[in-house]
Amino acid sequence: MTSQPITEQVVYQRPEALSDVNTHYCPGCTHGVAHRLVAEVIDEMNLRDKAIGVAPVGCSVFMYNYMDFDFVVAAHGRAPAMATGIKRCLPDRFVLTYQGDGDLASIGMAEIVHAATRGENISVIFINNSNYGMTGGQMAPTTLPGQKTTSSPLGRDVEQQGFPIRVSEMLAKLDGASYIVRRSLHDPKNIRQAKKAIRTAFETQVRGLGFSMVELLSICPTNWNLTPVDSMTWLEDHMIPYYPVGDYKVHPAVAEMKI
Amino acid sequence: MNTNQNRIVAISGNKSAAMGAALSRPDLIAAYPITPQSSVVESLAQMIAQGDLNSTMIQVESEHSAMSVVQGAAVAGGRTFTATSAQGLALMYEPYFRMSTLRLPMVMAIATREMTSPETVWSGQQDAVSVRDAGWIQVYVENNQEILDMIIQGYKIAEHPDVLLPVNVCYDGFYLSHLTERVEIPHQPAVDDFLGVYHADHVSLDPDTPMAVDPLTSGEILWRYRKGHLDAMQKALQVIEQTDDAFEQVFGRRYGGVIDTYKMDDADFVIVTMGATTGTAREAVDVARSLGMKIGLLKVRFLRPFPDKKIREILSGKQGFVVIDKNVCFGWNTGVLYMEIKAAISELGHPISSMPAIGGLGGADISVDQLVTCIQVLVKQGSQQPGQLDTYWFQ
Repeated sequence: MTSQPITEQVVYQRPEALSDVNTHYCPGCTHGVAHRLVAEVIDEMNLRDKAIGVAPVGCSVFMYNYMDFDFVVAAHGRAPAMATGIKRCLPDRFVLTYQGDGDLASIGMAEIVHAATRGENISVIFINNSNYGMTGGQMAPTTLPGQKTTSSPLGRDVEQQGFPIRVSEMLAKLDGASYIVRRSLHDPKNIRQAKKAIRTAFETQVRGLGFSMVELLSICPTNWNLTPVDSMTWLEDHMIPYYPVGDYKVHPAVAEMKI
Repeated sequence: MNTNQNRIVAISGNKSAAMGAALSRPDLIAAYPITPQSSVVESLAQMIAQGDLNSTMIQVESEHSAMSVVQGAAVAGGRTFTATSAQGLALMYEPYFRMSTLRLPMVMAIATREMTSPETVWSGQQDAVSVRDAGWIQVYVENNQEILDMIIQGYKIAEHPDVLLPVNVCYDGFYLSHLTERVEIPHQPAVDDFLGVYHADHVSLDPDTPMAVDPLTSGEILWRYRKGHLDAMQKALQVIEQTDDAFEQVFGRRYGGVIDTYKMDDADFVIVTMGATTGTAREAVDVARSLGMKIGLLKVRFLRPFPDKKIREILSGKQGFVVIDKNVCFGWNTGVLYMEIKAAISELGHPISSMPAIGGLGGADISVDQLVTCIQVLVKQGSQQPGQLDTYWFQ
């Protein structure tokens, strides 16, 4: 008996920009998906040799362990300010920040607004999972009305605690911003669209077109007290109605880019 | 059931801080989560949600805002509370300094933590000691009962008309914040009687007595504010002792006021501690004595105001001492508490040997054995020469 010749075709492998290590993220967390998308785009655009990441304070503070390129941690919320300094001194480098909603939309709201309005030529990945993940699931500016967290045990009361902030819509009002979009990571179709948006954001910077940000709706199964699968459904049913996926600011020069 | 009976529970340091704050019935709490303090705020949010605590809670976007919100509430005459750690304390430095220099009493818990960089979230005292000259009263506690008791005492001290200064209750992050211990919860009416109702007479936003709070102030006048502040700090030394006495009469526990001592009477050498290391040092003193060393313990409770006279009295006649610092004093090759004590003994009148010791940085443990070894080094070297010995590093 003769054996059939075996042909092997690699269809899926770890991006070079993604270090071959285990992450500390909870099972089901979409940080892993977001990290992979960033790494894939870095590889596809050959940016790894000139990429500099600025990590936030929050769950993704350890991102420097997971990306195989230069990284620095900024003070809580100040990643866009630190990225500004890096990019202005090293304009030929590719500079991105990766920030959660506690970092970007809460303590660092001033820095993100002012980096965007200055049109800083940097790219921002903004993870919105509607709570402070790292410190134990407290209410964030993005927490939905009625959503229960460890610091709003009866659910967010908008009379007392205000309404959630739609960051993409807010930044899109600024003349300085070039590319502001929101995507979601709850299913394969949306993940593919998220990757395209990350590519567009990175191209925006590489072509010198100014400030870009991709907001990614993400899940936090541990602090939401849901399974990963139920978390995906919860995101689709509750977050997307409040935070619609879409393009909020696309500068004509960005729209004309051919990728 | 006798409702006057105190409850005894097993709780973490953070829960103890939250219960101490709740028993003091603050009008307003504003806070932002930060490790290792976060569960203080969670506990208070839970109590408010359950209807057990009638306070307004504002969940702000940063510590800078937290301190500014409580400042507004304090100017409006409210009793306020917040809690923080490390980088959060650093971020609130601007309104933190204003809180004390506006002479607004309040209590803020600090679950003490090492300062970044290198990036860290673990224990240490670098955060709190670094703001020792921002005009706040600072007490460092040894266990979870002392956290709760000092938050209650803290309001009494802060609101005393001779003091009118904010108080930090500092407890070691993780070592106390996340450690579960037996804590006696005082009866609410007893705490109400002990604290009374706070009336802000020195500053008020009242249309009947118009007042512009914090106008631009020139140097010719500003020095008077600083002198008044320093005077209040000195008066606080007395108020702290009185408050400890009054607290003991009602609740049956006392802490020794500004300092505490252990096996000091016949001691030739002294180990000086601040915070949770004190508990370990009590054990180390027992072990060292069993090995024949005549050692006593000095627990410094208040770093501000600094109890220099009391410390001089304790160290008078001793041969030498070692100070265990869970922090560093940049610029001196020592920790902060060592330099404070060195300043205090400059008028001692006799030679004494002293050893700065640094350890526990970034959450590193300091064990009983390590302290005993450190004491042995002190006794050996201190017996041979007076003056400052080489800095001892716990490795």
